[in-house]
Amino acid sequence: MSILIFSLLLLAGSMLAGFLGSLTGLGGGVILTPLLTLVFHVDIRYAIGCSLIASIATSSGAAVAYVREGITNMRLGMFLEIATTCGAVAGAILAIYTPTHLVAIIFGFILVFSSIMSMRRHVEPAYPGHESKLAIALKLNSQYPTKEGIISYNVSNVAGGFVMMGFAGVLSGLLGIGSGALKVLAMDLIMKIPFKVSTTTSNFMIGVTASASAVVYFQRGYIDAGLSMPVVLGVLAGAFIGSHVLIRTGGKWIKLVFNFIILFMAIEMIYNGLKGNI
Amino acid sequence: MKNLFSKLTDSSIQSLIGYILRIGVLLSSGIVLFGGLIYLSRHGYSLADYKVFHDESARYADISKLVPAALSFHGRDIMQLGLIVLIATPIARVLFSALGFLLEKDYLYVGICLLVLAIIGFSMLNYIAG
Repeated sequence: MSILIFSLLLLAGSMLAGFLGSLTGLGGGVILTPLLTLVFHVDIRYAIGCSLIASIATSSGAAVAYVREGITNMRLGMFLEIATTCGAVAGAILAIYTPTHLVAIIFGFILVFSSIMSMRRHVEPAYPGHESKLAIALKLNSQYPTKEGIISYNVSNVAGGFVMMGFAGVLSGLLGIGSGALKVLAMDLIMKIPFKVSTTTSNFMIGVTASASAVVYFQRGYIDAGLSMPVVLGVLAGAFIGSHVLIRTGGKWIKLVFNFIILFMAIEMIYNGLKGNI
Repeated sequence: MKNLFSKLTDSSIQSLIGYILRIGVLLSSGIVLFGGLIYLSRHGYSLADYKVFHDESARYADISKLVPAALSFHGRDIMQLGLIVLIATPIARVLFSALGFLLEKDYLYVGICLLVLAIIGFSMLNYIAG
């Protein structure tokens, strides 16, 4: 296949990934690596490098709106970025020494986990909630605007959330994903933060986390410019369209279809990893 | 009154950060697109080969060599430069947050921002990547 045709197909595929990722809130990165390895037969090291770069683009693009609306908890994000960047550097170094088929298998399991996380029903606890000393010392408790007015909330179990974020960072560096599902889990279930705040703050953190591992990937030659070009442009365009369509469509049906695609790709990744094809 | 003042500065940091992120993404995708068009016009009909991983780690380890290379209109190098701008965007965001917190006299968070920058700086050391 010529580079021109290959790039155009990749552009179309990445647009679709970015579009679905933004519609469902899962992020396009999560299906980019399976798309590149399973459909386009790209070496998984190039694929994770590429997907990592794409996650920086989409998270930065989406963060603009949320930060301006004042939903993102910037202090919480900054504080937890200590954990995620440490984890991300460790994960990126780990990626260099991990056999590629093992990376594929771990990736498959994380896909399944992300899919389950996105399907789960969300129950919001009562706010402001429990006051923790550490959260007060770090000025993490905050408020955010909703339709019903401004809601104040407290952040619980700061240490537990911090550790979980470090783990999310390792996976992000190892697999080249934003690992948004894990970040939301840490903030939602452990730190008891409102859903809207945890998703936007997690998105805010993805860019810095990914940059930390991207620096290592870059030096190792994982990030190929010719391959990343159509992917970055496609994902950005797709995410942009997706974020403007969201208001009109119901989204529930699309989410279900997207989750089926993810589960199918997860099984393929694990199967190919076990067989040593990747 | 003090509380009101700190809220005001918080929201101005927020709009500054939003601005930096937007500029970074637009600038990098513009450079990548420009380089991509040159790259495709020159190499579009070559064979695509990403099935096998080639270790080209040495090629771009030195950023100072990349800028002159990109200026001589090599599509690949221009795209590579655009990707570096993209990677640098969130890092610039942290740097400007540090400045914002400094203006707010929130020294705890100035320290936290600098710590995050130090971790990223550590990952830039060449020997880390082996």
